[in-house]
Order: sequence, then C-alpha cells, then structure tokens
Amino acid sequence: MWYRSASFILDNRLQNDAALAPDAFSTSPPGGTGTTRTSMADAPQNPNPNPTISAYYQTRAAHHGVVTSDWLAQAQAAIDQNPDGNATSGSDVRGLDTDKPFGVIDEFNNWRKQPDLAEAVAAIRALAAVIRSSKATTMMELEIELKKASDSLKSWDTTSISLTAGCDLFMRYVTRTAALEYEDFNSAKSRLIERAEKFGEISYKARKVIAMLAQDFIFDGCTILVHGYSRVVLEVLRLSAQNKKRFRVLCTEGRPDRSGLRLSNELAKLNIPVKLLIDSAVAYTMDEVDMIFVGADGVVESGGIINMMGTYQIALVAHSMNKPVYVAAESYKFARLYPLDQKDLAPALLPIDFGVPIPSKVEVERSARDYTPPQYLTLLFTDLGVLTPSVVSDELIQLYL
Amino acid sequence: MDSRRAPRAVIDPKVRQVGFFAPGAPPERSHSSPPDPDFPKSSSPPVSDVPPTGNSLSPVMIPPPRHASDNMLLHTRPAASPLRGDSITAGSYNSSSDFFPAPMSPSPSSYSNKVVGEGDLFDGIASPGRGVRGNAGKVASSFPRGGFDMTAMKANSVPASQLTTVSVVNDPPVIAEKDKADKGGGLTVDAKEQPSSSKQQKEKLSKAERRALQEAQRAAKAAAKAEGSKASGAAANAKPAKAAKPSQKVDNASVAGAEKKGSDRPSEKDRKKDVPQPRMQYDDKSRVEKAKRRAVVKQTEARNRVELFRHLPQYEHGSQLPNLVAKFFQLDPMHPAVYKVGLQYLSGDISGGNARCIAMLQAFQEVIKDYRVPPEKALARDLTAKISSYVSFLIECRPLSISMGNAIRFLKSRIAKLPLTLSEAEAKASLESDIDRFISEKIILANKVITKHAVTKIRDGDVLLTYGSSSAVEMILLNAHELGKQFRVVIVDSRPKLSGQLLLRRLVAKGLSCTYTHINAVSYIMHEVTRVFLGASSVLSNGTVYSRVGTACVAMVAHAFRVPVLVCCEAYKFHERVQLDSICSNELGDPDVVSKVQGREDVNHLDGWANKDNLQLLNLIYDATPSDYVSMIVTDYGMVPPTSVPVIVREYRREQLWI
Repeated sequence: MWYRSASFILDNRLQNDAALAPDAFSTSPPGGTGTTRTSMADAPQNPNPNPTISAYYQTRAAHHGVVTSDWLAQAQAAIDQNPDGNATSGSDVRGLDTDKPFGVIDEFNNWRKQPDLAEAVAAIRALAAVIRSSKATTMMELEIELKKASDSLKSWDTTSISLTAGCDLFMRYVTRTAALEYEDFNSAKSRLIERAEKFGEISYKARKVIAMLAQDFIFDGCTILVHGYSRVVLEVLRLSAQNKKRFRVLCTEGRPDRSGLRLSNELAKLNIPVKLLIDSAVAYTMDEVDMIFVGADGVVESGGIINMMGTYQIALVAHSMNKPVYVAAESYKFARLYPLDQKDLAPALLPIDFGVPIPSKVEVERSARDYTPPQYLTLLFTDLGVLTPSVVSDELIQLYL
Repeated sequence: MDSRRAPRAVIDPKVRQVGFFAPGAPPERSHSSPPDPDFPKSSSPPVSDVPPTGNSLSPVMIPPPRHASDNMLLHTRPAASPLRGDSITAGSYNSSSDFFPAPMSPSPSSYSNKVVGEGDLFDGIASPGRGVRGNAGKVASSFPRGGFDMTAMKANSVPASQLTTVSVVNDPPVIAEKDKADKGGGLTVDAKEQPSSSKQQKEKLSKAERRALQEAQRAAKAAAKAEGSKASGAAANAKPAKAAKPSQKVDNASVAGAEKKGSDRPSEKDRKKDVPQPRMQYDDKSRVEKAKRRAVVKQTEARNRVELFRHLPQYEHGSQLPNLVAKFFQLDPMHPAVYKVGLQYLSGDISGGNARCIAMLQAFQEVIKDYRVPPEKALARDLTAKISSYVSFLIECRPLSISMGNAIRFLKSRIAKLPLTLSEAEAKASLESDIDRFISEKIILANKVITKHAVTKIRDGDVLLTYGSSSAVEMILLNAHELGKQFRVVIVDSRPKLSGQLLLRRLVAKGLSCTYTHINAVSYIMHEVTRVFLGASSVLSNGTVYSRVGTACVAMVAHAFRVPVLVCCEAYKFHERVQLDSICSNELGDPDVVSKVQGREDVNHLDGWANKDNLQLLNLIYDATPSDYVSMIVTDYGMVPPTSVPVIVREYRREQLWI
C-alpha cells in the first residue's frame, strides 16, 4: 500500500518530469512559503521550519492511502514555490544512502512504510536497529550514538508528538537499566538490544491490549460516536464486533482529510452498522449517542489529548450532555507537553480543499489538530491499563523522573 | 426510651455546633437573648419554649424529650459546664500531656470526659478522627449555647460564677469575656515579668474561680464528685512548677525515640502519616497555658478574635520586641543566630517563604558549627532536642511555614541518619554541607529550573498577571524579559502589606512595562490578561494551593475568565496534608493594620475600637485556593497538573530519604 503514498508518487514524478505546472485550485496562500518534504528519506538535519503540510499527517495520509488531488497539488505548488528546496533533495537522498553505512532515518522510513505500524513504533524499531548496528566500543559511546539518532529522528518531524514521545520513552526504557553497570560491554549491549526489542514488541502489541481492555466498555445496543480515523479505535471496534457485541457506530466525516469516510468504509467491511455524519452534525446526534471513542495524536501531561481537529468540540458537546468520552491511545504517545490552551502548541498544518478557489484575502485556519483538556475526558484506554486523565501525569512522572 | 435518647444526646452537640458556625447563627442569637431574663426563673421550660420560636432551628436547640424525662442529666450538666470552663482556664491538671505523648491531642477531651462522667454528651464531640482536632475548642464554643439554660439555672443557685452567667446573654462576648479574664492573667504576667509571681497571680485567680465552681458542684451534685475535683484541684496546685519540665522531657524523649527507631522506618513513617499533626490549637486553653509557661517570647494575645479563628494564635504586635531585645544576654540556651532570626521574623524583617527558610537553615548551620556534644550524650539525640527547642522558639516568634517545616524535617532526618562511627567534627561537617546542599538544590537551583520551565509558557504579546510579590514569579518575569520576549505585566496588590509595590519597583527598574492595581479591580483588569502567574507558600496534596491571602480570589476570577493560572512553587514546599478551607490552618496577622491606613490620619474611624466587645478584626495571612482553579503547577520537576502533587510528594520524600 505504501507505494500509493503521496510522497512516493511525488518522487516518481519528480524523477520523470521535474517541471510541473502549478495547479489551478491551489489553496495555499501566496505568502505561505516552505517546502514539502519531497522524499521519505529527507536529510535529517533540517526539516522545514514551517511546512505547509505536517510530516506527521503526510505519513498518515500515506498509510491510509488517502491521496487527494488537492493534496498533491498543494504539495506540488509548495515545491514549485521553493525550487532550490527540491533541486537538492532529490540528489541528496542518494548521496546519503551511499555515504552513510547506516542511517537511522532510512531505517525509520523502511519501517514506516508498513501501513499498520505506527510512526512511533517505526522509530522505536529504527532505534533498536541503531544499537544493533552500532560499532561503538563503550557504553558511553553507544549512548551518545543513540542520543544522536533519536535527536535526528525527532527533528525529522517536530510536529509529530508520538514520534518525539516514542523516542524519549525508548531512551528512558532502554538505557535505564541497572544491568549496565556491572557487565562487560558486549553483554550490556545485548541486554540493551533485548530491552529495545522488548519495548518495540510491547509498543507493537499495545493496540491489541487496548482493544482487549476497551471492548468491555462497549455494551450491547449502544451507539458509539467516533471521530477521525484511528487504528486503535478501529481495533477496539473490530474486536468488539468479533466478540459478538451488537452496537452501532456514528462516524463523522472528518474533514479535511475525510478520515471518517475511510473508517466507515472499514467498519462496513466488518458488518458493523455505521452512519456517516458531517462534522457539524455532532451536537444534533449527540442525544442518541451512548459514548464517544476517539484516538489521540498525543496524550499530554495534564491528561488531556491532542487529536484531530474537532475532537475538542465533540468533547465539549459530550460533556454538556453527560456522555462519556473514551480515548484509546498507546502509552508511547504520552508526551511531556503541557499546553495551556489551543494556541499553546506547535501547529501541524494541513491543506484544506474548499472545492472553490479561496480569494487571497481570506485567511484559512489550517491547523490539523486541537487540544482537549482533561476535564472533558472520561477515561483513557492505554496499554498500561484503563486510566483516568490524572493518572497520565503520574505515569509520566514515574517514567521521566 | 433511653436507647432512643442516647444517640440524640450524642448528635446534639454536633448539630448545635453547626448552627453556631452557620450563617443561621445570628437570628438564633437575636432571639435567644430576649428570653434570656426569663431563663433563670424557668429552668426547664425554655426547652419547650424554644422550638416554637425558631422552627427551622429546632435541631439546633435542645430537643424536648431529653429534658422532659431526664432530670438527672439536667442536674449534671450545670455542674459540668462550669467545671469545663474551669478546666479550660486553669487547665494545668487537665492537660495531661505529661501522661500522654504529645501527638495524642484527643487526650484532653477524653480526659475531661472521664472526669465529668457525662459520657454520652462528650462522646459525640470526642469521636475519633474528625473531631479530634480542636475538640476542646468545640467544647468551649458549643457549650455556652448548648447549656445556656442550665448555666442560667445554675447561676440562680450559685451567683458566684459570674463569668458563666454573663455568657447567657450572647455568645461571642461570653467567650471574649472568658478570654479577657484569661488574658488578664496573661497581661499581668507580662507586666510583672517575674515568672514566679505571675504564676502565683494566675493561680490565685483561677483558684478563686475554682472554689466558686466547686461550690456550685456541691450544690448540684453528690459530694463524691466534688471531692474528686478538689483532689484534682489540689494536684493542680502542686503541679505547675514541675508540670512544664516533665512534659518537655517527654517531648524530647519521644523525639529521640522516633529518631532511634530509624531502622524500622516504613512503619514509623506510616504511623506518622496516620496521626494528624499535633498542631497547637489556641482555643485549647490548657495547652496554651502550658506553652506560655515554656515560652521565651511573651506574646500578648490580641483581645477580640474572630469566632472561626480562635484556634489560631493572635498576638498584639509591637510590644514584645523590646522585651526580647532586653533579654538578649540573659538567654543562654538560645543560640544568638537563632535568636537573631527569630527577632527578624517577629519584626517582619524577613518574610517570604524562601527567605525565611534560608535564614532559618543558615541559623541552624551556625548552631551546628558552634555545637559541642555534652559529655555522656549522643550527638544525634542531643542535637535533635536542641534543634527542637530552637524551632519552638521560632514558632513563638512567628508560626512556621510549611516549607520551613519540611526543611526542619529534612535536617532532623539527616541528623538521625548520621552513621554512629562518624566523629563529632565529621558529623558536623556533613550536616553543614547537607544544609548547604538543601539550600542550593532545593531552593536556589529549584527556582532556576522553575524559571526555565515557566518561561516557555510566555509568548510574545502576552499580558501576565501576578499577585503580591513572589520571588519565583519575579525571576520568571525577569528571565523572560532578558530573553527578549515582548510582554506586559499586571501586578495586583492588596492592603495591608502592599508587597506588590516592591516587586513593581524592581520590575520597572529593569525596564518591564507594568500595570499596577489593587485587588478590587481584578475583575476589570482580567479581561486583557492572558496568563496568571502566582507564587505559593505551599501546595497540599489535594492540589490546594496555600498562599498569600487574596490568591484564591485572583485565581477564581482568572478561572471565570478562562485565563490559565500557573502556580510556581518549589517542590520542597509540597506537603502531604490535605486542606479544604483556609480556616483549619492559617496565620493571623496584626489586626490593627487592617483598621488603619498608613499615611492617612483622617481615616481614623476605628481608633480605640480595638477593644470593643462586638468588634472583631480579622487579618488573615494565607488562604487556600482549590485545585479546580489552578491550570498548572510549575515545579522543579517540571510542569504538572495539580492532581499529581501527591505523586511528587511521594517521589520527593523517597529521594529525600536517600540523599
């Protein structure tokens, strides 16, 4: 599926025909400078300071196979606006591949191309590979190497919360072991690899654990509202359906990347009764909803979540109608962030297709996600167990202090 | 019948006490005073009388069945009430803290319970757990109302006990009256300055009183009981001289014992956590008396204290400083460094949580430097006892802040954990370096880390509001300014301290653009604010922020305007206690500064009113902000939600034990 990814297609096109005319219905504001990542194996040092499309959402789009024409055009337009950006990147990739014996980014991208693998898990696998292929001879050296790799991964995409959190947690989990102190280097290294693999495995299995925990909360005859395409939520619903639970799902449309459409498609395949709503119909349907299930891009220290745009307003509506809001999120998404309000986040931008050309004087809010404060969430289903929002900080303190 | 009555008797005082404190109290007071002249004539009728007058208050008043049938109880009660007053004022024999270790605060009430032999009534009050703290206060405050008809009746029979009869009229003055009598003793103590003569005087006063009460008892009760109390009275006469010393010894011993059991620490710790802190309740008169006798600083208590805050010490300010200064050379047990710090607390030269804590620790460092282990004594025990006595001196100067309590706990645990093999010099050196480390790591470095964290939350174009003067917030603002962030500061201040002006001065000098306003205008200014930064004296484990009075108000207004509230507090100020209101534990400042305005001679409407019986001035120092109004707590462990304070406390304690 990965070969349908937007960037892959873009790569091919670039190789074939470097000069493409800018598309007519470009929605990017004229002032919006910045380049889109043209290849998966971009140079790790400098991701664009102000990308038109967040790399995180790029990956997601690739995984979900959602390649919209406007998206492509948007990317293309951005590249054309900044030609020197694309001129170098194409050749850079190959240069990197030959020069470096092992690149963590390459490894990461290899893993990342598996559609079922979350970005953070890919990063964790890549970091494990760093340890494995390391030629370091002392523990310190290895640790520094690991640190560098994790930093380059993190800087590869600063908008992805789970990538950053996953890298941090990996560093914590793997290097914090008492075994390192009294063993010789080789056995310590193998211990590290063991731990790294274990961590990767835990993270990989997280979704299944969460599905097991969460399905108990779904009861026969209930109506569930879901927002956005979350693989964890899908897993939960799948498991519940397999366990012969009878429930109904209301799916929001999930503008702008129409992730809801895709989820409804998946659910229909599982024979789960599903109904599509436009995003603005949430309050209208809320009275027939029994619970809300959402995924999360990141879980922050306050216990709130950062998730696809629209989650906050759904949570608000649900709160005012006393409906429980459940969040399914793997523990590698726990991030040491503490946003105070919506604007207190690094924005992850996403192009929006309005179907008609937008006059240049009209500003477009293109932020892709919002922050839902903890008081509007009921429970978080994580691989650490079913948590209330306040426990998130407890876990984070224990992980990081 | 009896089985039905007994629980009622148990519940009764509690209910009454609620009515006493609730806003419903004034009407009750107003209609209780008119019928008051009738009371002496008809002793039991008032009972049937009262419910009709205040139907809503019927559970508050004495229920009819009780009196209709239970004359025995009726008879014992009038006798009991003066005795209680007695035991509270004279107190020495009742305090019983030389029999029980200090933490057992319930002991006085349970003791009086035994003496009086009125179990059903007092069981309700002395119920374990909640009722433990300040139970004597409850007894004192609940009694006049509960027993007013009886006291009146008894007044009929025994005119001698004036104090209690007056109490019938209206309650707060009653207690004020009692206090006054009590304080009369205290004042004379001050005037005389000679401990022995003052003691005598006090003894005389209470003795006369007691005699009257004993007569009352005789009139009301069987002879056996009177004898018992006489015996105890005699015991009290003999005791005062030695009462102070043994109890102190017990304190020390218990402290030493606690330190000794260092090996089985977890159980020890658990026990400590279970037992509520043995805090001094200043409406518990017997203990106050005891404490006074021990005290170095002779504080005069202010007269009219506000009802709800009687359990807190309130002193006349400005009178004791010359005394102490004069005594400087006489007090050999007190180390000069400690003495100096104590005086600075007293005069208000050192204020602010961190400054006070650092000053105290440095004084203790001096103490340790000059310390010589006396022959035949172990350093760990002797030094701990010494530090304890210094701490009690400091408490007399000004109640400890929670941060200081934590620092003392740290120091004591360090002393207790000194290896026995260390020589004296080594032990002292290690303790001094421990203190240094505590100051630099937990206070100075912690402040820097907090600054680093909090600055990330300041964006260009922000308007930051702060209240009062917090050292952490000041550092944050200055640092953000140095980093070139463009922001504006609103400093909200309040009378009487106006500490915000100092902060304002320093910030303006550094070139920050500031707005200065008083707390009255906070709801107006909050419109334009984007972040509220507050300092804290302490953060309690339910997330309650205990801070300078007015902080709660600012936080609530900010919450109403949906402005994020960031509380900046070092982790060493966290405490595992839980507090729901600002009443249980607080500090009372000088009430006079509330009534006066500096530099305004024309605002003198309250001059000379301080001693009016029906005027009570309240100058609270702290208040408690519920965690709902706090968005984030910035601490040296990062930015955490108020819900994870217990986690930090847990981790931090563990770390501290391992240092």
